[in-house]
Amino acid sequence: MAEKIPDCRLDLRGTPCPLNWVKTKLRLEELDPGSTVEVVVDQGNPARNVPRSARMDGHTIVHVISENGSVRICIERG
Amino acid sequence: MTRFTESQIERYSRHIILQEVGGIGQRKLLDSRVLIIGAGGLSSPVGLYLAAAGVGTIGIVDSDTVDLSNLQRQILHTTADLGRPKCLSAQETMEGINPDVSVIPHQLRLTSANVLDVIADYDVVVDGADNFPTRYLANDACVLSGKPLSHAGILRFEGHVTTILPGRGPCYRCLYPEPPPPGLVPSCQEAGILGAIAGIIGSIQAAEVLKLLLGLGELLAGRLLVFDGLDMAFRTIELPRRPDCPVCGDRPTITAPIDYEEFCRLRGGTTLQSEVHP
Repeated sequence: MAEKIPDCRLDLRGTPCPLNWVKTKLRLEELDPGSTVEVVVDQGNPARNVPRSARMDGHTIVHVISENGSVRICIERG
Repeated sequence: MTRFTESQIERYSRHIILQEVGGIGQRKLLDSRVLIIGAGGLSSPVGLYLAAAGVGTIGIVDSDTVDLSNLQRQILHTTADLGRPKCLSAQETMEGINPDVSVIPHQLRLTSANVLDVIADYDVVVDGADNFPTRYLANDACVLSGKPLSHAGILRFEGHVTTILPGRGPCYRCLYPEPPPPGLVPSCQEAGILGAIAGIIGSIQAAEVLKLLLGLGELLAGRLLVFDGLDMAFRTIELPRRPDCPVCGDRPTITAPIDYEEFCRLRGGTTLQSEVHP
Protein backbone atom coordinates (compact mmCIF):
# COMPACT_ATOMS: atom_id res chain seq x y z
CA MET A 1 0.00 0.00 0.00
CA ALA A 2 1.76 3.14 -1.24
CA GLU A 3 1.63 6.28 0.86
CA LYS A 4 -0.29 9.07 -0.80
CA ILE A 5 -0.32 12.76 0.05
CA PRO A 6 -3.86 13.44 1.32
CA ASP A 7 -5.97 16.50 0.50
CA CYS A 8 -6.57 17.13 4.21
CA ARG A 9 -5.73 15.70 7.61
CA LEU A 10 -7.66 15.13 10.82
CA ASP A 11 -6.02 14.32 14.15
CA LEU A 12 -8.33 12.03 16.09
CA ARG A 13 -5.85 10.69 18.62
CA GLY A 14 -7.60 10.32 21.95
CA THR A 15 -11.07 10.35 20.33
CA PRO A 16 -12.88 7.10 21.20
CA CYS A 17 -15.02 4.91 18.93
CA PRO A 18 -17.42 5.61 17.39
CA LEU A 19 -16.86 9.39 17.63
CA ASN A 20 -13.63 9.09 15.64
CA TRP A 21 -15.57 7.58 12.75
CA VAL A 22 -18.41 10.14 13.10
CA LYS A 23 -15.89 12.98 12.77
CA THR A 24 -14.16 11.23 9.87
CA LYS A 25 -17.50 10.78 8.13
CA LEU A 26 -18.47 14.44 8.59
CA ARG A 27 -15.15 15.48 7.04
CA LEU A 28 -15.62 13.04 4.13
CA GLU A 29 -19.05 14.56 3.43
CA GLU A 30 -17.36 17.91 2.84
CA LEU A 31 -15.01 16.44 0.22
CA ASP A 32 -15.66 15.85 -3.45
CA PRO A 33 -15.65 12.20 -4.59
CA GLY A 34 -12.06 11.13 -5.25
CA SER A 35 -10.61 13.54 -2.66
CA THR A 36 -8.79 12.13 0.34
CA VAL A 37 -8.54 12.71 4.07
CA GLU A 38 -5.87 11.22 6.31
CA VAL A 39 -7.05 10.58 9.85
CA VAL A 40 -4.70 9.80 12.70
CA VAL A 41 -6.28 7.45 15.25
CA ASP A 42 -5.11 5.43 18.24
CA GLN A 43 -3.97 1.85 17.76
CA GLY A 44 -6.33 -0.95 18.71
CA ASN A 45 -10.08 -0.57 18.24
CA PRO A 46 -9.97 2.82 16.47
CA ALA A 47 -7.44 1.53 13.93
CA ARG A 48 -9.62 -1.53 13.30
CA ASN A 49 -13.04 0.16 13.26
CA VAL A 50 -12.47 3.34 11.24
CA PRO A 51 -11.31 1.58 8.03
CA ARG A 52 -14.12 -0.98 8.33
CA SER A 53 -16.78 1.74 8.72
CA ALA A 54 -15.28 3.70 5.83
CA ARG A 55 -15.46 0.67 3.53
CA MET A 56 -19.05 -0.05 4.64
CA ASP A 57 -20.00 3.50 3.65
CA GLY A 58 -18.50 2.99 0.19
CA HIS A 59 -15.16 4.76 0.61
CA THR A 60 -11.71 3.41 -0.32
CA ILE A 61 -8.79 2.93 2.04
CA VAL A 62 -5.72 4.37 0.31
CA HIS A 63 -3.14 3.57 2.98
CA VAL A 64 -2.81 2.54 6.63
CA ILE A 65 0.51 3.41 8.28
CA SER A 66 1.36 2.63 11.92
CA GLU A 67 3.82 4.87 13.72
CA ASN A 68 4.54 5.90 17.31
CA GLY A 69 1.48 4.28 18.88
CA SER A 70 -0.98 5.75 16.40
CA VAL A 71 -2.19 4.88 12.92
CA ARG A 72 -2.57 7.09 9.87
CA ILE A 73 -5.47 6.05 7.67
CA CYS A 74 -5.92 7.69 4.30
CA ILE A 75 -9.47 7.45 2.97
CA GLU A 76 -10.67 8.40 -0.50
CA ARG A 77 -14.26 9.59 -0.68
CA GLY A 78 -16.44 7.17 -2.67
CA MET B 1 -23.35 24.32 5.69
CA THR B 2 -23.00 25.27 9.34
CA ARG B 3 -20.58 23.02 11.18
CA PHE B 4 -21.91 20.87 14.00
CA THR B 5 -20.77 21.71 17.51
CA GLU B 6 -18.82 19.07 19.45
CA SER B 7 -21.88 18.31 21.55
CA GLN B 8 -24.07 17.99 18.45
CA ILE B 9 -21.61 15.54 16.92
CA GLU B 10 -21.85 13.42 20.04
CA ARG B 11 -25.62 13.85 20.52
CA TYR B 12 -26.45 12.85 16.93
CA SER B 13 -23.61 10.34 16.45
CA ARG B 14 -25.95 7.35 16.08
CA HIS B 15 -27.85 9.16 13.35
CA ILE B 16 -24.73 10.40 11.57
CA ILE B 17 -23.29 6.87 11.57
CA LEU B 18 -26.31 5.66 9.57
CA GLN B 19 -25.24 5.53 5.94
CA GLU B 20 -28.65 6.86 4.84
CA VAL B 21 -28.56 9.81 7.26
CA GLY B 22 -25.05 11.15 7.82
CA GLY B 23 -24.29 14.77 8.66
CA ILE B 24 -26.32 15.89 5.64
CA GLY B 25 -29.46 14.14 6.90
CA GLN B 26 -28.97 15.40 10.44
CA ARG B 27 -28.67 18.94 9.11
CA LYS B 28 -31.95 18.42 7.23
CA LEU B 29 -33.65 17.41 10.49
CA LEU B 30 -32.28 20.46 12.31
CA ASP B 31 -33.63 22.67 9.51
CA SER B 32 -37.07 20.98 9.50
CA ARG B 33 -40.35 22.22 10.93
CA VAL B 34 -43.03 19.78 12.11
CA LEU B 35 -46.44 20.54 13.60
CA ILE B 36 -47.95 18.08 16.07
CA ILE B 37 -51.70 18.36 16.58
CA GLY B 38 -52.51 17.38 20.15
CA ALA B 39 -50.22 16.82 23.11
CA GLY B 40 -51.74 13.51 24.21
CA GLY B 41 -51.07 9.80 23.91
CA LEU B 42 -50.00 9.62 20.26
CA SER B 43 -48.32 13.01 20.27
CA SER B 44 -46.20 12.11 23.30
CA PRO B 45 -43.89 9.59 21.62
CA VAL B 46 -43.96 11.68 18.44
CA GLY B 47 -42.84 14.78 20.33
CA LEU B 48 -40.26 12.94 22.40
CA TYR B 49 -38.64 11.20 19.43
CA LEU B 50 -38.73 14.19 17.09
CA ALA B 51 -37.17 16.38 19.76
CA ALA B 52 -34.54 13.76 20.56
CA ALA B 53 -33.84 13.39 16.83
CA GLY B 54 -33.12 17.10 16.53
CA VAL B 55 -36.05 18.23 14.40
CA GLY B 56 -35.23 21.92 14.73
CA THR B 57 -38.68 23.47 15.05
CA ILE B 58 -41.67 21.62 16.46
CA GLY B 59 -45.09 23.19 16.90
CA ILE B 60 -47.58 21.72 19.35
CA VAL B 61 -51.29 22.51 19.17
CA ASP B 62 -53.38 21.80 22.26
CA SER B 63 -55.91 23.83 24.20
CA ASP B 64 -56.26 21.47 27.19
CA THR B 65 -54.58 21.23 30.55
CA VAL B 66 -52.93 18.12 31.99
CA ASP B 67 -55.44 15.86 33.77
CA LEU B 68 -54.62 13.00 36.12
CA SER B 69 -56.33 10.51 33.77
CA ASN B 70 -53.91 11.54 30.98
CA LEU B 71 -50.76 10.36 32.72
CA GLN B 72 -51.38 6.63 32.13
CA ARG B 73 -50.30 7.14 28.50
CA GLN B 74 -49.40 10.77 27.78
CA ILE B 75 -45.72 10.49 28.62
CA LEU B 76 -44.82 14.07 27.69
CA HIS B 77 -46.36 15.13 31.02
CA THR B 78 -45.61 14.34 34.64
CA THR B 79 -47.58 14.46 37.88
CA ALA B 80 -46.01 17.83 38.59
CA ASP B 81 -47.65 19.18 35.42
CA LEU B 82 -51.24 18.54 36.57
CA GLY B 83 -53.40 21.53 35.67
CA ARG B 84 -50.76 23.11 33.41
CA PRO B 85 -51.46 23.79 29.73
CA LYS B 86 -50.43 20.66 27.86
CA CYS B 87 -48.59 22.50 25.12
CA LEU B 88 -46.41 24.27 27.72
CA SER B 89 -45.72 21.04 29.58
CA ALA B 90 -44.85 19.41 26.25
CA GLN B 91 -42.57 22.31 25.34
CA GLU B 92 -40.68 22.02 28.62
CA THR B 93 -40.22 18.25 28.27
CA MET B 94 -39.09 18.40 24.64
CA GLU B 95 -36.72 21.33 25.06
CA GLY B 96 -35.38 19.60 28.17
CA ILE B 97 -34.46 16.56 26.09
CA ASN B 98 -32.79 18.63 23.41
CA PRO B 99 -31.92 22.32 23.67
CA ASP B 100 -31.27 22.38 19.89
CA VAL B 101 -35.04 22.16 19.41
CA SER B 102 -37.31 25.16 19.43
CA VAL B 103 -40.84 24.17 20.47
CA ILE B 104 -43.63 26.55 19.52
CA PRO B 105 -46.73 26.11 21.69
CA HIS B 106 -50.06 26.85 20.01
CA GLN B 107 -52.50 26.96 22.91
CA LEU B 108 -55.67 26.94 20.87
CA ARG B 109 -58.31 24.74 19.30
CA LEU B 110 -57.95 24.27 15.57
CA THR B 111 -60.89 25.68 13.64
CA SER B 112 -61.69 26.33 10.01
CA ALA B 113 -60.68 29.95 10.67
CA ASN B 114 -57.14 29.26 11.93
CA VAL B 115 -56.06 25.84 10.65
CA LEU B 116 -54.51 26.99 7.35
CA ASP B 117 -52.54 29.75 9.10
CA VAL B 118 -51.33 27.41 11.85
CA ILE B 119 -50.04 24.71 9.48
CA ALA B 120 -48.62 27.19 6.94
CA ASP B 121 -45.24 27.52 8.68
CA TYR B 122 -44.56 23.77 8.84
CA ASP B 123 -43.16 21.15 6.44
CA VAL B 124 -45.08 18.18 7.85
CA VAL B 125 -48.14 17.78 10.08
CA VAL B 126 -48.74 14.98 12.59
CA ASP B 127 -52.32 14.25 13.60
CA GLY B 128 -52.39 13.02 17.18
CA ALA B 129 -55.86 14.45 17.74
CA ASP B 130 -58.46 12.80 19.92
CA ASN B 131 -61.57 13.57 17.90
CA PHE B 132 -63.08 13.27 14.46
CA PRO B 133 -63.71 16.98 13.83
CA THR B 134 -60.01 17.81 14.28
CA ARG B 135 -59.02 14.76 12.26
CA TYR B 136 -61.11 15.89 9.27
CA LEU B 137 -59.96 19.47 9.72
CA ALA B 138 -56.31 18.36 9.67
CA ASN B 139 -56.85 16.14 6.64
CA ASP B 140 -58.69 18.77 4.63
CA ALA B 141 -56.25 21.55 5.54
CA CYS B 142 -53.24 19.40 4.62
CA VAL B 143 -54.79 18.34 1.31
CA LEU B 144 -55.70 21.96 0.50
CA SER B 145 -52.17 23.12 1.43
CA GLY B 146 -50.37 20.16 -0.14
CA LYS B 147 -48.68 19.26 3.16
CA PRO B 148 -47.74 15.71 4.17
CA LEU B 149 -49.77 14.42 7.12
CA SER B 150 -49.15 11.50 9.44
CA HIS B 151 -52.50 10.17 10.59
CA ALA B 152 -53.16 7.66 13.37
CA GLY B 153 -55.88 6.46 15.71
CA ILE B 154 -55.95 4.19 18.74
CA LEU B 155 -58.62 2.48 20.84
CA ARG B 156 -58.51 -0.30 23.46
CA PHE B 157 -55.68 -2.59 22.29
CA GLU B 158 -55.66 -1.49 18.65
CA GLY B 159 -54.30 1.22 16.45
CA HIS B 160 -53.86 2.25 12.86
CA VAL B 161 -51.50 4.59 11.08
CA THR B 162 -51.02 5.94 7.57
CA THR B 163 -49.08 8.69 5.82
CA ILE B 164 -50.96 11.09 3.58
CA LEU B 165 -49.05 12.70 0.70
CA PRO B 166 -51.50 15.07 -0.99
CA GLY B 167 -51.44 14.77 -4.77
CA ARG B 168 -49.42 11.56 -4.58
CA GLY B 169 -51.78 9.22 -2.74
CA PRO B 170 -55.08 8.85 -0.91
CA CYS B 171 -56.21 11.03 1.99
CA TYR B 172 -58.23 10.21 5.09
CA ARG B 173 -61.48 10.99 3.28
CA CYS B 174 -60.60 8.42 0.62
CA LEU B 175 -60.88 5.90 3.47
CA TYR B 176 -63.79 7.49 5.31
CA PRO B 177 -65.45 10.21 3.19
CA GLU B 178 -67.66 11.32 6.10
CA PRO B 179 -67.34 11.16 9.88
CA PRO B 180 -69.26 8.34 11.55
CA PRO B 181 -72.62 9.16 13.10
CA PRO B 182 -72.29 10.57 16.63
CA GLY B 183 -71.97 7.87 19.27
CA LEU B 184 -71.18 5.05 16.85
CA VAL B 185 -67.49 4.95 17.67
CA PRO B 186 -66.78 4.99 21.40
CA SER B 187 -64.16 7.25 22.94
CA CYS B 188 -61.21 6.20 25.07
CA GLN B 189 -63.14 7.59 28.02
CA GLU B 190 -65.79 4.96 27.33
CA ALA B 191 -63.78 2.14 25.82
CA GLY B 192 -60.35 2.56 27.39
CA ILE B 193 -56.89 2.39 25.90
CA LEU B 194 -53.81 0.41 26.90
CA GLY B 195 -51.25 3.16 27.31
CA ALA B 196 -48.43 1.34 25.56
CA ILE B 197 -50.52 1.09 22.37
CA ALA B 198 -50.21 4.87 22.08
CA GLY B 199 -46.45 4.42 22.39
CA ILE B 200 -46.30 1.83 19.62
CA ILE B 201 -48.45 3.72 17.12
CA GLY B 202 -47.02 7.15 17.99
CA SER B 203 -43.50 5.80 17.58
CA ILE B 204 -44.42 4.58 14.09
CA GLN B 205 -45.67 8.09 13.31
CA ALA B 206 -42.36 9.52 14.54
CA ALA B 207 -40.37 7.11 12.35
CA GLU B 208 -42.54 7.94 9.33
CA VAL B 209 -42.02 11.68 9.82
CA LEU B 210 -38.24 11.22 10.14
CA LYS B 211 -38.18 9.06 6.98
CA LEU B 212 -40.25 11.66 5.17
CA LEU B 213 -37.94 14.51 6.21
CA LEU B 214 -34.87 12.48 5.24
CA GLY B 215 -36.39 11.16 2.00
CA LEU B 216 -35.83 7.54 3.03
CA GLY B 217 -37.51 4.23 2.38
CA GLU B 218 -41.14 3.43 1.67
CA LEU B 219 -43.71 5.54 3.48
CA LEU B 220 -47.14 4.31 4.55
CA ALA B 221 -48.64 6.26 1.65
CA GLY B 222 -51.58 4.39 0.15
CA ARG B 223 -51.29 1.85 2.95
CA LEU B 224 -53.05 1.62 6.29
CA LEU B 225 -50.99 -0.20 8.90
CA VAL B 226 -53.34 -1.83 11.41
CA PHE B 227 -52.05 -3.08 14.76
CA ASP B 228 -53.76 -5.55 17.08
CA GLY B 229 -52.03 -5.49 20.44
CA LEU B 230 -53.83 -8.56 21.80
CA ASP B 231 -52.62 -10.74 18.91
CA MET B 232 -49.47 -8.59 18.74
CA ALA B 233 -49.84 -8.54 14.98
CA PHE B 234 -49.63 -5.98 12.23
CA ARG B 235 -51.41 -6.11 8.91
CA THR B 236 -51.35 -3.73 5.98
CA ILE B 237 -54.41 -2.72 4.01
CA GLU B 238 -53.94 -1.18 0.56
CA LEU B 239 -55.61 2.21 0.47
CA PRO B 240 -56.59 3.38 -3.01
CA ARG B 241 -57.14 7.04 -3.84
CA ARG B 242 -60.82 7.69 -4.60
CA PRO B 243 -61.40 9.70 -7.77
CA ASP B 244 -64.68 10.84 -6.17
CA CYS B 245 -63.06 11.84 -2.84
CA PRO B 246 -64.78 15.04 -1.68
CA VAL B 247 -61.48 16.80 -0.93
CA CYS B 248 -58.66 15.18 -2.96
CA GLY B 249 -60.72 13.71 -5.81
CA ASP B 250 -60.92 14.80 -9.41
CA ARG B 251 -63.84 17.17 -8.76
CA PRO B 252 -63.55 18.15 -5.08
CA THR B 253 -66.63 19.54 -3.36
CA ILE B 254 -64.66 20.65 -0.29
CA THR B 255 -62.49 23.62 -1.22
CA ALA B 256 -62.05 25.24 2.21
CA PRO B 257 -61.70 23.85 5.74
CA ILE B 258 -65.02 23.04 7.36
CA ASP B 259 -65.50 24.19 10.94
CA TYR B 260 -65.73 20.92 12.80
CA GLU B 261 -68.39 21.81 15.34
CA GLU B 262 -70.58 23.23 12.62
CA PHE B 263 -69.75 20.27 10.44
CA CYS B 264 -70.74 17.71 13.04
CA ARG B 265 -73.91 19.47 14.06
CA LEU B 266 -74.86 19.53 10.42
CA ARG B 267 -74.34 15.78 10.18
CA GLY B 268 -75.88 14.48 13.34
CA GLY B 269 -77.51 17.26 15.28
CA THR B 270 -75.01 16.90 18.12
CA THR B 271 -71.27 17.23 18.44
CA LEU B 272 -69.41 14.09 17.53
CA GLN B 273 -67.87 11.97 20.21
CA SER B 274 -64.22 11.22 19.97
CA GLU B 275 -63.10 7.87 18.75
CA VAL B 276 -60.08 8.10 20.89
CA HIS B 277 -58.80 10.32 23.61
CA PRO B 278 -55.11 9.88 22.93
